[in-house]
Amino acid sequence: MYNLTIPISDEQIRELKIGDSVFLSGVIITGRDTVHKWMIETFVKETRQPEGDDLEVYEAIKPLLDGGAIYHCGPVVAGLDSGDYRFVAAGPTTSTREEPYQGDVMRHFNMKAVIGKGGMGSQTLAACHEVPGVYLHAIGGAASLIAQSVQRVIDVHKLDFGVPEAMWVIEVKDFPVVVTMDSHNSSIHAEVETKSMVELERLLAS
Amino acid sequence: MDDLTSAFLELIRLTSTDLSPDVEQSLIQARDREAAGSAAKSALDAVLQNVTLAREQSTPICQDTGTPIFYVQYPLGWSTKKLREQIRSAVAAATSLAYLRPNAVDAISGVNSGNNLGDEAFPTIHFDEIEGEELIVDLMLKGGGCENVGAQYSLPDRRLDAGRDMEGIRKVVLDAVCKAQGKGCAPGVLGVAVGGDRGSSYYGSKEALFRKLDEPNPDPDLDSFEERLTEEANRLGIGPMGFGGATTVLGTKIRGMHRLPASFFVSVSYMCWAHRRRRMTVRGSDIQYS
Ligand code: SF4
Repeated sequence: MYNLTIPISDEQIRELKIGDSVFLSGVIITGRDTVHKWMIETFVKETRQPEGDDLEVYEAIKPLLDGGAIYHCGPVVAGLDSGDYRFVAAGPTTSTREEPYQGDVMRHFNMKAVIGKGGMGSQTLAACHEVPGVYLHAIGGAASLIAQSVQRVIDVHKLDFGVPEAMWVIEVKDFPVVVTMDSHNSSIHAEVETKSMVELERLLAS
Repeated sequence: MDDLTSAFLELIRLTSTDLSPDVEQSLIQARDREAAGSAAKSALDAVLQNVTLAREQSTPICQDTGTPIFYVQYPLGWSTKKLREQIRSAVAAATSLAYLRPNAVDAISGVNSGNNLGDEAFPTIHFDEIEGEELIVDLMLKGGGCENVGAQYSLPDRRLDAGRDMEGIRKVVLDAVCKAQGKGCAPGVLGVAVGGDRGSSYYGSKEALFRKLDEPNPDPDLDSFEERLTEEANRLGIGPMGFGGATTVLGTKIRGMHRLPASFFVSVSYMCWAHRRRRMTVRGSDIQYS
């Protein structure tokens, strides 16, 4: 059992192995499909010109992501009218959709952790090795519990992407996650899949 | 006939926020079977804490409150039209009270109706007239992540070398569990229908999920077959959330149906750990929930 606080150092990351349970605390940012695409196009590949508040938002999130974490989550948020935001349900969403972007985003921002569910593929695993970083698996369906670990909503960027797609800057305390991809090229997802397929072959042959 | 809208609303609240004791018990046993300090154990610990918290706060167990599926058994003389109207207004009310997330998206236009009311099949309501005086309503909330990993097989299946017999059924069910990995928020419950046409077979597999986890199959042969499938599925080692571990499925529920001589369908509905289903029984002015 590890307690990790953001920013996370390279040494701390290297210590983590697949299967480790972690309680994560500190400031993290939510981001899903639109955010990843926006980051890649505007700042990593620079295929589109920054416009509107793009540069401002970039400067605001850069220091938070340096040594920090992004969370694949489309939250249910209360207080949208008053601006007094509160997370009501905040379970993870399926991560594989970000596979084409995630590795480059990690490298660009020196991001240490990606939080989601279902695991990611070989490109992200390679980035975990280089940066170094980890993939942290949140508990699918544990919406109330995770919402409770969100201490406060600090800020929100790009609300025009929509509530689930915006970048919510939140402070979490003891957010329960499990390391399922580490910086040593190991992935629980790949291992479990391979092992279960071997076992299935055995069962089908018997 | 009384207006039961508020009773339906309570049924929805209970189903979404208060996990049935049989499922919770089964999750507790699963947690206790996992190795100390393992990722599987901590996942199930978090799941169980979440269940308690949702019950205390009366908030949804999972943010995906799924498709509401109602099975209504009504005595002679009840109006199914009125029951349908009352159920639909209870669903809309439950959505505005945040017991349900707005989940009804028009597949063609992409527009979310915002109140969980879609076409005739959303919410899904089945009616069945029965003998006696009681109105019995079962509700199940079927989430999307686990629905996506469900599968239907047409036997014989060449790839799996699965024929039209129990052995063939066993092979395809295990294949479905392996394909699902942890993606349906394992540990899940398997609802399996054998027979029917493509449509009725999938319905049958969902109906099978209403049987309590600790309630055996009335057919002793099928009962031991269910046990065997659960045990073998767990040997795959996929574990909670796909972290690896002792429990991949909490149970298997099989239902035999009739089929055409030409067809042999096996349908597997995968239900995530958040197996939300409840029953309401109305007898005169007395309303019970279980
Ligand atoms: S599969 Fe079940 S527990 Fe997982 S997110 Fe969907 S409804 Fe929730």
